[in-house]
Amino acid sequence: MPEISRDEVAHLADLARIDLSDAELDHLAPQLAKILESVASISAAVSDDVPATSHPIPLTNVFRDDVVTPGLTAEEALAMAPATDQQRFSVPRILGDEQ
Amino acid sequence: MTTLVPFDKALAAYDPAMGLEVHVELNTNSKMFCGCPTEFGAEPNTQVCPTCLGLPGALPVVNHKAVESAIRIGLALNCEIAEWCRFARKNYFYPDMPKNFQTSQYDEPIAFEGYMDVEVEGETFRVEIERAHMEEDTGKSLHVGGATGRIHGADYSLVDYNRAGIPLIEIVTKPIIGAGEKAPLVAKAYVAQLRDLIVALGVSDARMDQGSIRADVNLSLAPKGSDKLGTRSETKNVNSLRSVERAVRFEVSRHAGILNEGGKVVQETRHFHEDTGETTSGREKSDAEDYRYFPEPDLVPVAPSREWVEELRGTLPENPTAKKTRLQVEYGFTDLEMRDVWAAGALPLIEATVGEGVAPQSARKWWVAELLRRANDAGVELAEVGVTPAQVAAVQKLVDAKTINDKLARQVFDGLIADEGTPEEIIEKRGLALVSDDGPLIAAIDDALAAQPDLVEKIKGGNMGAIGAIMGAVMKATRGQADAGRARELILEKLGLS
Repeated sequence: MPEISRDEVAHLADLARIDLSDAELDHLAPQLAKILESVASISAAVSDDVPATSHPIPLTNVFRDDVVTPGLTAEEALAMAPATDQQRFSVPRILGDEQ
Repeated sequence: MTTLVPFDKALAAYDPAMGLEVHVELNTNSKMFCGCPTEFGAEPNTQVCPTCLGLPGALPVVNHKAVESAIRIGLALNCEIAEWCRFARKNYFYPDMPKNFQTSQYDEPIAFEGYMDVEVEGETFRVEIERAHMEEDTGKSLHVGGATGRIHGADYSLVDYNRAGIPLIEIVTKPIIGAGEKAPLVAKAYVAQLRDLIVALGVSDARMDQGSIRADVNLSLAPKGSDKLGTRSETKNVNSLRSVERAVRFEVSRHAGILNEGGKVVQETRHFHEDTGETTSGREKSDAEDYRYFPEPDLVPVAPSREWVEELRGTLPENPTAKKTRLQVEYGFTDLEMRDVWAAGALPLIEATVGEGVAPQSARKWWVAELLRRANDAGVELAEVGVTPAQVAAVQKLVDAKTINDKLARQVFDGLIADEGTPEEIIEKRGLALVSDDGPLIAAIDDALAAQPDLVEKIKGGNMGAIGAIMGAVMKATRGQADAGRARELILEKLGLS
C-alpha cells in the first residue's frame, strides 16, 4: 500500500508553490494518501505482462516538417500579459535561478 | 570567504573529477515543437505562437529535422541510438518557460553510451558520453533594477520568448577522472572538439558568443587515492573555450580551500564571471525528484527505425580531428598556419579551392590573409564574404598566367564582392590587366631614369636600394599594372648592370 507522509505532502506543496497551513496539511495529507491508494488498485488489476503506457494511442514518430509557419505578432502575444515593458512580458522579481 | 589554494598545490592533495554538460542549439528553420522561426537577434516576442507561449489548448508536434540532427550528433559521438524513447516534462517555476515545465527527455534519451577521444598536448583522453537528449531552449530574461543587472537585487524581470522552444541537444559526459593537472585543458579540448564536430555535422551555428553552444562545468575533488567522488558544484553557462578552462581551475582552487579548512562543499549551481575568472554561488541544487519529471502526454514516443539510423550514419562527415591532421600533412601547413586556418573556419574553403587546382599555400594566403580581413571588416563569417572557392581559383589562375599580380588580384576581389561579374570581366571593366608589352614599360622606365639622375648614379655606385624609388615611379606611371619582376630586369638592363 502506498504511503505518503505529512512531510512529503508539505514538500510537494512547497514545490508547487502552494502555501498550506498546519491545519490544511493535517486535513489534506490523509486525503492524498487515500487517493494514491485508490489509484494503486489499478496495479492489482493488471498483470506483469502489461507495460506501463504514457499515451492512450499506440502511435510513434508523429513529426512535422521543419517549415516555418505564421505565429503571433508581438502585439497579439503580449495582449494577454498582465504587464509588459519594452515589448517583453514583465514578471515579478525572480528569486532562485535560471535553468 | 574560503582561501583559494593554488592550482598546483590543490592537485598535489586531490584528484579532480569533472562532468561536462554541453547544450547545442540546433540550426533548424523552425522550433522544436512549433513552426516559429529560430533566427537570432529578432525583435522581442516576434517569433512566438500559442505553442511556445504555453497557451491553453496548444499542442506540440516534434520537428523531424531536429530528431535527425539529434541522431546524427549521437552517432558522431559513437552513441547507441534508442529504439524507442519519450519526451518528459521537467516541472519548475521560473518564467523563462511559460508552460511551467520544459519539454525534455529524462530516463529515455535518444542517444546514450558514447565517447569522444580528446587530444591534449599529444596525449589522448577518452571522454565517455553518458547521454545526448533532446529538449527545448528557454526564453531570455532581462533583470531590471538592482545594482548589477543580475538576478539578485532585481526589481522585476522582462521576458522575451523568441528563444523558448528552439531545439537543443544536451550532451552529458560521464565523470572524467584521471586527468589530474590536465583537467582544465581536457575540459577545454573536449568542448573545442565537440564544437568542431558540430560544425562538421552542420547541425548548429556553433557560435559560443551567441550562446548556440553553452557549457555547464561540474567539478568535484576527492582526496588523492580515494575511489569516491566528492560533492560537486555546477558552474552554469560558461560561454567561451577559455572560460571552460578558467572555470575548472578556479573551482579546483575553491574546493581545495574548503576541504583543507575541514569544510564541506555545498552542492549548488554557480555563476562564472568572465571579468574576474571567478564563480559565485547561484542556488542550492535541488534533487532530480524535485523536477517531478513525467512522460509528456502531448507527444507520442520517438522510435527511429534502424534503417533510418543507418541511413543517417551514412551522412556523417569524416571525423574532424582526423581530417584536420590529414589535411595539414597533405597541405604542408605549419602548426601555426593550421591554427590560424582552423580559427578562421577556412579549412573547408581552402579544401574546396585546392580541389579547383590551386596550390594549398596560395589558397591559404587568399582565404586567411586577404579574405578573412574583409570578412572581419564586414562582420560576417569567412564563408559569407561573397567570394567562392571557384572564384579564388579563377583569380589565382590569372595570377599564375601573369595576367594580373597579387596587388591587382585584390582589386579583382573587390569587384567580386561588389558582384561585378567574373574575374575576367572585372579585369576588363576596371582595366586591371598587367602591361605585358615591354613598350609602355620601357617608356615609363626611361622617363623615371631621366627624371632622377641622382638615383641612377647611386644605383650605378652599388646602392641597389635606390632601385626601389625608380620602381615606385615606374609602377606609378603604369598604374600598378607593370610586372614588377620584368620592370626590375629592364631597369638593370638599361643601366648595364644585368
